[in-house]
Amino acid sequence: MELFTPDFGLVFWMFVAFILLFIVLAVWGWPVIVKMMDARASKIDQGVEDARKAKEQLDNARAEAQKFVKEAQARQAELMREANKMKSDIIEEARKEAAKAAQKEMDAAKVAIDQARKQAELQFRNEVGSFSIEIAEKMLRTQMKSDKAQTELVNKLLDEIEKN
Amino acid sequence: MSNIELNNPALRAARRVTALLALMLALLCPAMAAAEENPAQKEEESLDVKEIMFEHLLDGYGWEVPFSHSHRMPLPVIVRAEDHSWHCFSSAGLTAAVSDTVGGEMHSEIEPVVKTIERDGKTYRFLIAKVSTHKDKVVQIFPLSAADEKDLAAKLADVKKTGDVDSGAQVVDGYVYYDGAYYREYRPLDISITKNVAALFIAVLIVMLLVFGLVRYYKKNGMRAPRGGMGFFEMLVGFVYYDTIKASLGENTRKFAPYLLTVFFFILVMNLVGLIVIFPGGANLTGNIAVTLVLALCTFIITNVFGTKHYWKEIFWPDVPLFLKFPLPIMQVIEVFGIFTKPAALCVRLFANMMGGHMIVITLTLLIFIVGAFGAAVAGMTTVISVLFSVFMLLLDVLVSFIQAYVFTLLSSLFISMAQVHEEEHAEHKDKGDARLEKEDERKLADEKAHFAREAAQVDLK
Repeated sequence: MELFTPDFGLVFWMFVAFILLFIVLAVWGWPVIVKMMDARASKIDQGVEDARKAKEQLDNARAEAQKFVKEAQARQAELMREANKMKSDIIEEARKEAAKAAQKEMDAAKVAIDQARKQAELQFRNEVGSFSIEIAEKMLRTQMKSDKAQTELVNKLLDEIEKN
Repeated sequence: MSNIELNNPALRAARRVTALLALMLALLCPAMAAAEENPAQKEEESLDVKEIMFEHLLDGYGWEVPFSHSHRMPLPVIVRAEDHSWHCFSSAGLTAAVSDTVGGEMHSEIEPVVKTIERDGKTYRFLIAKVSTHKDKVVQIFPLSAADEKDLAAKLADVKKTGDVDSGAQVVDGYVYYDGAYYREYRPLDISITKNVAALFIAVLIVMLLVFGLVRYYKKNGMRAPRGGMGFFEMLVGFVYYDTIKASLGENTRKFAPYLLTVFFFILVMNLVGLIVIFPGGANLTGNIAVTLVLALCTFIITNVFGTKHYWKEIFWPDVPLFLKFPLPIMQVIEVFGIFTKPAALCVRLFANMMGGHMIVITLTLLIFIVGAFGAAVAGMTTVISVLFSVFMLLLDVLVSFIQAYVFTLLSSLFISMAQVHEEEHAEHKDKGDARLEKEDERKLADEKAHFAREAAQVDLK
């Protein structure tokens, strides 16, 4: 039966010891520990949240960067196309310009040639004229050496005039 | 070959186990041999199982020194004598080691002796009673006066009349038999630092060391999580605080957490220290009803002192049909009864669990000595089995120590939280529930309507 009858002395000391322990721990022990654990827990939560946000931001940034890259690529392609077009345009234009210039040159050359030819012809004619006059003069001189022949010619010319 | 054997861990382990078993047997052999040598002595000291068991389960003045029957660590005895004077003396004065030679072997036992104190011309005599109603407690003794003699004779006659008289001295109420004579006894008010009280202080010290160790760690290392033992302790605190206390108390956690945490770790440490066989342990603390009674009483006080108005209303005017509470206060009686049964259950649960564990281990150990009478072979077998079972039981008790500390804390926090109800909360919960149900009904109706509309549309299409 002694097992089931609480002993006064032990109850007394238990009460004293427990209350003492409780007061000491409640004032200097548990609040510090609980506060620290709470603080750490919230810090860890905060860290997790921050990490999540950072990852989200990183993902966003990555998507944005991809978008930018795509845009840039599209723009590059467009630019290339434009440049190509411009190149061909320029070449075409240059060609046209060159053709025009060549034509012009050729026209000018033709004109010059014509002029030169005309000049040459003119000179030639003049020279031929002077030659023929010289020849004729010489021939006349030889043919008209005799006075008879001169008179004959004058008669002949007079005849012609008379006929007219 | 030997190299291979040495390097094989399995073989090494096997060898270690064999060595351990051999050591165990070697330790047992002398005891068995001694038992066999003196059959006469063996019969003479037939084992008083009950006595040994109770000595281990109950309290004592002085603390056993390991491996010695004749030495005890003395502890202070503090008593108030019949004339209200206080006396404080060492428990060493109450016992003496008595050596006698039985069958050629030295044998030491601790026997109670009378401690005599002379003060102010008065003589105070104290004795640890053996044949008395206050067995194993300190009593103040007085020589018999004439009136006492008469009273004692009458009482002795009464005892003999009741029949169950065996040889030897009789236990007589109010008298103690010691060394061949009866004395009048007075049980003084006794607040001695007994073995249990000393163990209690050790447990308090351990809990404080644990808690302030962690607090100091925090002061030194800030928010960094502790490692190793402190980490384990912190994990336990977290488990108790967040999963047990906060889960049941909610917003009142801050108010009651220090008490509940203290209770958990105090019980846990007392349980575990009780499982250690030698000095700092060995006291069956939580298996003592006085200890659990105080703990349960604290929970009882906190529950009812901090109980809300609604809690008391629920007890004296519960929310039940009128006939259950009006002419005959049936519910009130049950509720009031419940106030007391809850802590009583707490007290008895912890006490019975821990005491049961201790009792089983002691019984298993005693079994070796009981069976010892049947010869060496049987005793050897029993020893092996007993030791194995004891180890198993002790391991189980470690688990039970945790579980009981946890259960006590959990139930305490539940009881406290049950006394923290507010009427508004109650009503609010109901309203919220109703609103939810209504919403659900509406949704179901809408679903059905949509379903019928679809059916109708299909029919129309056909």
